Amino acid sequence: MNASASTSAVPGWFLDNAYLIPLIPAIAFVAILAVGKRIPDLRVGRFTVPGGGSLIGIASMVGSLVLAAGAALQWIDYADGHSYTAPIRRTWVWWQSGGIEIGLGQQIDGLSVMALLLVAFISTLVQIYSLEYLKGDRRYTHFFAALTLFSSGMLVMVLAENMVQLILGWELMGLCSFMLIGHWWEDGANSRASLKAFFTVRTGDVGLLVGTAIVALSAQKWINANGLQDQYSGFSIEAISRWALAGDPQYKSVITWGAVALFIAAIGKSGQFPLHTWLPDAMAGPTPVSSLLHSSTMVVAGVFLVARIYPVFFEGLRILDTDVNFIAVIGGVTIIVAALLAFVQTDIKKVLAYSTVSQLGYMMMGLGVGAWTPAVFHIWTHAFFKCCLFLCAGSVAHSGSHHSFDMKKDMGGLARKMPVTFVCWVVSSMALAGVPFFAGWYSKDEIIDFAGANQYWWFFGIGIAGAFLTTAYMTRATYLTFLGKPRGAAAGIHEDSHGDAHAAHGAADAHAAHDTHDSHDDHGAHAGPHESPWLIKAPIAILAVLSIAAGLLNAPALNIFKFEEWVEPKAEPVLLDTGYASEGTGDYPESSKEAHSEGAARSALVSAGEEPAEGEKKKPGYPNGRIEEGKLTGKCGTPGYVPPEGKACYAPGILHHKFKWVKALPALAAVVIGLLLSAAFCVLYYQRRNRRLVGLTERNALARAGYKFLWNKYYLDHLYEKVIVRGVAHPLARAMYWVNQNILDGIVNGAGRTGRKVGEITYKVVDQGLVDGVVNGSGAAARGTGSALRPTQSGKVSQYGALLFAAAALAALILVLVNS
Amino acid sequence: MLVNQFLLLGAVLFAIGVYGVIARKNAVLVLMSIELILNAVNMNLIAFALRNGGDAAGHTFALYIIAVAAAEVGVGLALVLLVYRNRRSIALDELSEMKG
Amino acid sequence: MLASSGLVAQNIAFGIVALMMVVGALRVVTSKNVVHAALWLVLVLAGAAAQYIILSAEFVAVTQVLVYIGAVTVLFLFGTMLTRAQLGKAKDLNNKNWALGIPVALLVLGTLVYVLIDTFGDDKVVDNPGDVPNVPVQAISDSIFKPYLLPFWALSFVLLAALVGAIVLARKD
Repeated sequence: MNASASTSAVPGWFLDNAYLIPLIPAIAFVAILAVGKRIPDLRVGRFTVPGGGSLIGIASMVGSLVLAAGAALQWIDYADGHSYTAPIRRTWVWWQSGGIEIGLGQQIDGLSVMALLLVAFISTLVQIYSLEYLKGDRRYTHFFAALTLFSSGMLVMVLAENMVQLILGWELMGLCSFMLIGHWWEDGANSRASLKAFFTVRTGDVGLLVGTAIVALSAQKWINANGLQDQYSGFSIEAISRWALAGDPQYKSVITWGAVALFIAAIGKSGQFPLHTWLPDAMAGPTPVSSLLHSSTMVVAGVFLVARIYPVFFEGLRILDTDVNFIAVIGGVTIIVAALLAFVQTDIKKVLAYSTVSQLGYMMMGLGVGAWTPAVFHIWTHAFFKCCLFLCAGSVAHSGSHHSFDMKKDMGGLARKMPVTFVCWVVSSMALAGVPFFAGWYSKDEIIDFAGANQYWWFFGIGIAGAFLTTAYMTRATYLTFLGKPRGAAAGIHEDSHGDAHAAHGAADAHAAHDTHDSHDDHGAHAGPHESPWLIKAPIAILAVLSIAAGLLNAPALNIFKFEEWVEPKAEPVLLDTGYASEGTGDYPESSKEAHSEGAARSALVSAGEEPAEGEKKKPGYPNGRIEEGKLTGKCGTPGYVPPEGKACYAPGILHHKFKWVKALPALAAVVIGLLLSAAFCVLYYQRRNRRLVGLTERNALARAGYKFLWNKYYLDHLYEKVIVRGVAHPLARAMYWVNQNILDGIVNGAGRTGRKVGEITYKVVDQGLVDGVVNGSGAAARGTGSALRPTQSGKVSQYGALLFAAAALAALILVLVNS
Repeated sequence: MLVNQFLLLGAVLFAIGVYGVIARKNAVLVLMSIELILNAVNMNLIAFALRNGGDAAGHTFALYIIAVAAAEVGVGLALVLLVYRNRRSIALDELSEMKG
Repeated sequence: MLASSGLVAQNIAFGIVALMMVVGALRVVTSKNVVHAALWLVLVLAGAAAQYIILSAEFVAVTQVLVYIGAVTVLFLFGTMLTRAQLGKAKDLNNKNWALGIPVALLVLGTLVYVLIDTFGDDKVVDNPGDVPNVPVQAISDSIFKPYLLPFWALSFVLLAALVGAIVLARKD
């Protein structure tokens, strides 16, 4: 079809044909559904080749992975050799109607290449893991089909050239997550969880549609005004980026509203406060699903969206330009809120789920404080260690705790029985906690560092507090799962008698270690904790290694900046460590020197503790570039900046800061303190049963209130289900009928009923309110009103019709009157 | 010819159709009222097409609407038939299963 | 008003047909007899076809006659018979609170009239009475099969689905 002209610059086959990466799993999905059930298991000697179409899924993911790796290598080659790397786009017409043309395409840049590789890699490992984990499952074939389509959806999204395609991938993922979370839908809780996930995300998706409409229409206007019609459609992501960065004052408020709407979508998808409640419930799905969902796909999609069209947020929410912004606040709140919740969970997967929410908060906060590269890098590192943690949890449930995820009841002391799982868990936990030289440290510390260096001190503090909390809850989870005394299933209690014998056997097995699992089955007893088979161990081990190694791509402490070079958009000639050019001049070397000295003067001013001049709202050093040993790549996004001829701004310049151990110290201290405190607490509380600590929540009212507040997840679910849904949606409709019916039914009848209702409401409000506290009480009040108004709901179509037309006409009238 | 004479005719038909949808009990009559509404819309499309110098797009969509209306009547009457078969009545106000 | 806007014959035709249509439409929603209502509907639909001809949209007018008057009305009459509605007068064709329809319809009408008059005022359909543009059938087919092919496809699916759906729903088993 008609590929766009920019393909000529494509530096290789893999990049040119990147569209194959999502296409292969999409085809595999159809293939699995079509023939999967007819493929039987094959026995080849000692091995069983699994049937059911799972191998088709794995083969497709491996194919995608190979292509993604090829693309990554070629991109690296390309990025290393160029100082200006505009995204490489290739588009085909998908459909057109009237004057509107919607394309499918691929946009290759560092971000998409990174995400492609990440998604393909994690998906492959998770599918391999699922071979064993889901063995013999009722809907084995459907599981693999959905998993494959899920990966395909994410791949479509990360490769998206335009917003419509992005929405396509986004929705594909939403659908598949619904199918996968409710995989065991026979259990009511699971199907409820999948519905909740679906609807909560849909709530945010409204923002995506509205935001896309706002942004795309204005971008189209801008394109037409600038004569770029041949190059872009309004939906094109690159066009939207350029439009946002062009800084045309007439679009200022449009960009802001677009950014807010789109960020609401990101809140829903990425489980940010206050729409995070679906994420922990999504643990109802099989563990491989949780693992995939929480590492590289689905929840990352929201962060990816923000990173993808960062200019819209950068300009719309005035990142770096104001002291506080929407994204940073939501991210910061999420970090703390979710991390606190992780403390009261007894389900190991829920601890990890809240930890994911919290880490996503880090990414969002990073994007909010202008730390684009660290935030994206955190997507990268987080995927490996979080995936590993989930798979470890699955391994524990699979082989150690007899399919229970309850840390308090069924785990403990598993370290010796499952050494590989334990080691991998500890390694990835350390990566998560941000222990130096593990992957998570490089990215998380960079985010915190950026927050400080960009003068967002509040968020700097939140980042450090988050690091403290992360370490503490992971220590608790580790202790409960792997250390201490075995409890419940971990102690083999569900078994008849030989629990102790089994423990001894487990210890022996631990010495025999890694690969001798096969012999284990010979013991006959299926139950009792033991190490998992190699199909489970291998992915975990690979991921654990990567939990260390993945961080080495961008290790400021070791002076490695590969990730930065490859992934960060090079919007214009990069100025490395030479300071920066002053605005508007094309002559870099000279003016940069001059500006550098000016910057140094400024930095001296700031370090002396003086506030910038009164009324100056801008961050010190901005827009003139970041102060002090700054390494500035590009200055797009700074007011009044015009890119040189032939080049365009499609990403804001990212301000880098030099790594210093001194700056990393507070976070490190937080980690150490968190570790020590939490370990001490665990030993005292869970092992020694210290009398002062045990039962504290029963004795101390404050502790009890806090615990109850956390235990009920801040009553957010309560708020949504009882107050908002019942309290707003239902009564509104009912109230209208109530008025209607009461007029028709006569006043006497109505008066009597009203009296009863008032009594009922009062009873509910006063009684329930006093007993259950304020939040609970308002829920009950809503419920009371709701049920009191219930009989008035008529169910008659003609009345619904009348309401519909009247409401539409009124809305139209109001719109007309307001606008005229 | 004013544009408005056609548009206002359309508006009147639309409002009459709305009244019919709300007031009528017999499901077949409600479907007829919906036809009135659809015709009112078509009237607008054709009037605007002429006003835009004979734009064929307006005619195209008028034709599409006619086709959709035909499909709608087909399915609608099938539904009505089904309801009738199950309840021996097509009075809409007796269908209050949606009552909450 | 008629004389000032030119095209006198068309205006007179419009007036007569419009009156017919409004009366017909009113009878559709007030008639106490379902069969009569269907026949009044025929009058409205035929009137609409006439208006299309006045607006020089012959193809749409012909389609209107074929599809609406030919097919849809017959469907309605079939539906009436199959559901054994009283063929004669019936007292309970209206809902109990049918009066609710009047204010809502008036609200809708008021809004529309206000907006239309506010927006279009005295705009004419054609500026010169002499050159009423002609839309040939070829232009319509070009429009259907070129820029609006996608809706056409979607429509085909809708019709197919309607066909299957109607059969499934109405089938006796």
